[in-house]
Amino acid sequence: MDHLGRIGFSEEQADLLEVAENFCRERSPMEKVRTLLEDDAGYDTAVWEEIAKLGWLGIAIPEEFGGAGLSLAEAVPVIEAMGRYLLAGPFIPTTLAAQLLCDGGSDAQKAAWLQKIAGGAIATLALSEPDGRWDDTEIAATAVKNADGYRLSGVKTFVGDAAQAEIILVSVKLDDAPALMLVEKSALPETALRRETIIDETRRSYELTLDGVTAPASALMDQDRAAMALERLRLAATLLGTAEMVGGNRAVIDYTIDYLTTRKQFGKTIGSYQALKHPTVDAYTMFEQARSHLYAAAHCFNEQGTGEIATRMAKAQAEKSLSYAADRAIQFHGGFGFTYECDAHLYRRRAIWHASQFGDAAWQKEKLAALLF
Amino acid sequence: MSGAEEKALSEFSADADKWFAENTPGDPGFMLPLSFLEVSTDQQFEFLCNWQRKVWEAGYLGAAWPSEYGGGGLPQEFQDAATKAMRRHGGPVFLNAIGLGWAGPLLLEMGTQEQKSQYLKNILSAEDIWCQGFSEPDNGSDLGNAQLKAERDGDSYVLNGSKIWTTLGNYAKHMILLARTGSDAPSKYAGLSFFLSPMTVDGVETRPIRKVTGEFGFTQTFFTDARIPADCLMGEEGQGWLIAMRTLEYERGARGGQAGGYVLTPFDAFSILDLAKNSTRGGKPVLDDPVIRDRLVDFIIEGQSLGLCDQRGRIAPLNQDRPAGLSLSNKLMWTEFVRRLCEFAITLTGEKGGYYVGEENAVEDGLWTRAYLNSFGATIGGGTSEIQRNIVAEHVLGLPKK
Ligand SMILES: Cc1cc2nc3c(=O)[nH]c(=O)nc-3n(C[C@H](O)[C@H](O)[C@H](O)COP(=O)(O)OP(=O)(O)OC[C@H]3O[C@@H](n4cnc5c(N)ncnc54)[C@H](O)[C@@H]3O)c2cc1C
Repeated sequence: MDHLGRIGFSEEQADLLEVAENFCRERSPMEKVRTLLEDDAGYDTAVWEEIAKLGWLGIAIPEEFGGAGLSLAEAVPVIEAMGRYLLAGPFIPTTLAAQLLCDGGSDAQKAAWLQKIAGGAIATLALSEPDGRWDDTEIAATAVKNADGYRLSGVKTFVGDAAQAEIILVSVKLDDAPALMLVEKSALPETALRRETIIDETRRSYELTLDGVTAPASALMDQDRAAMALERLRLAATLLGTAEMVGGNRAVIDYTIDYLTTRKQFGKTIGSYQALKHPTVDAYTMFEQARSHLYAAAHCFNEQGTGEIATRMAKAQAEKSLSYAADRAIQFHGGFGFTYECDAHLYRRRAIWHASQFGDAAWQKEKLAALLF
Repeated sequence: MSGAEEKALSEFSADADKWFAENTPGDPGFMLPLSFLEVSTDQQFEFLCNWQRKVWEAGYLGAAWPSEYGGGGLPQEFQDAATKAMRRHGGPVFLNAIGLGWAGPLLLEMGTQEQKSQYLKNILSAEDIWCQGFSEPDNGSDLGNAQLKAERDGDSYVLNGSKIWTTLGNYAKHMILLARTGSDAPSKYAGLSFFLSPMTVDGVETRPIRKVTGEFGFTQTFFTDARIPADCLMGEEGQGWLIAMRTLEYERGARGGQAGGYVLTPFDAFSILDLAKNSTRGGKPVLDDPVIRDRLVDFIIEGQSLGLCDQRGRIAPLNQDRPAGLSLSNKLMWTEFVRRLCEFAITLTGEKGGYYVGEENAVEDGLWTRAYLNSFGATIGGGTSEIQRNIVAEHVLGLPKK
């Protein structure tokens, strides 16, 4: 069943995993995560600068643009570690935007922005629209050419970390064909962004109203490549979201085990009750399966056909697995599990968030059915 | 691996492929068991013994066991390549599973020189079939409580008691046996000893037991003053529990060293994809049903998970948190997957799911109903899934026993 994916693990991945685990453990202890929930930006700019210095933003950016010239496979262990320690920040949107620029940007745009991104400039994507589509078959937002450039209109949703971003890559219809616009945040009127209230409080998401926004002629990305770049981008987003879920999955199982090995009732440690023990084992084996899928998807991501299958499988498995583990985590903490103070909900919310983005498990499986049968 | 070795391996692999293409038997004209556990007739037994011997003689079984004991003396990759080739051609299962898979590796690891010379080659050639006497009528999951008595009497041990669910008991020449030698030992475990016990002595009787599928394959085994040579003892008195636990690691695939080949008909999710493509339910093609499509993809994802977990188990940096986790979960994950997969396969067959083996209108001769009922053999035998969950919980996740 090699055509469904295989695991490979490079030395770079192994090194990054180790370094990232240590970094995230130190920089994102739970008190910090909790503090940042209340923070406007939602992340620590000093930590972000360190991340940029470590070179992680340039992992998949070509060397000629100041990156490391590796691939998304090497970003996966970093994001897995971030997911494990709930480290907040615009890493995923920025990494994805850089990919979209690599795949669909003009030469001038790449030259202007990739190096900056590798150095810490925040970038993000505006793809979703209120109709909630998980693909780009229909785009309602439009760009219309005028003398100075383009007039944009429409509404974009789920724009991650938009308030901090220097650039936003926006999908639109231009002359009835999909196109991408590189919009500089400084060109947006103040009222263009509205912070959305989202289930995962460790992240920040915005609604972007494009009406009245104008962009210079140089904002248009390579239109011939737009459809292809968007398709790849959605898969890349699926992969990176999966990595974050798998990291969280590991953490929530450990968190549950901590409680199961310390809390006592009826004179016994509650982890000795099989009604808790056995579902925890099921959560654990599902997690191991999800992690195997993740590293197969990372390894095969660039293979035609296989990459898509492996990535969609990984997402479906990770969503199922994290949802189950976090759901049981709430229940197994009893009354405390029902409180905001218990960390279990942070992971449960995260699984719901990722399900909502770029297609949930049922949707991935529908795609897979078409690919496999 | 060096360039020369790699070349030798790819040649070996190509030869194996050719050999299995030419020698894999077709339909023998009678039903074969799905695994080594359901050998019900002498005809099946002869057929499977012949097949195993033939593969061993060709050098594709035991290729990685030492050559002085009948093996090929090659690196493990060679046997893996041969096993892959036989899977590709869908040959019958190997019936001497207990010898090839767990008694053999155990002997290689801790047997004496004499024991190795005496037993290993005949395990490979299927000359000597092995069985396992662990479970008793009153002590199954609680294996440490086994009560069959072995009393030292001069140069012999005298055995009294009974074992049950003894797979291949009626065909076996030898049994790996867990028996109680000390009744005043400090714990129930310390009173146990491990024997390589002959089945052909007076006082050993087997009675076949019919299985849930209607087939046979295991026995109750009675010991009445059965006298076996004292040197059948493996290790020392009181080490039985330790050796039995090691045996179970081989049996559950948590430890390598097996002779190779496969002993269960391999079912993966793709084995039901063809079935799905050709089936109708309630008069409609099953693949038109979105609910069925969703579930089928679930099975393919899960089947793929298990293969990937096998691969990942070999990558140390991806197993740092819980290094034994994947290997100790292996049996639980696979057997439960196969059980649910076979159950789902019946669903795919719609009204024809009501037929059973022997009915000419049945889909694939009733394979899927038989396979589903039979799949419990693996979720119960070798330590039930519940016991496996206890093991993973306690030894991998660190949850308390009590
Ligand atoms: C096809 C097949 C082949 C076999 N071949 C052999 C063989 O060759 N040699 C041999 O020695 N044995 C063999 N066995 C026996 C097998 O190992 C036992 O059946 C198994 O260990 C369970 O023991 P039991 O049957 O006594 O069930 P029990 O132990 O009585 O179990 C009954 C139920 O209680 C559950 N249970 C028991 N203890 C616990 C616990 N602590 N926590 C949670 N649940 C628990 C079990 O999971 C099961 O669901 C075979 C069994 C099968 C089905």
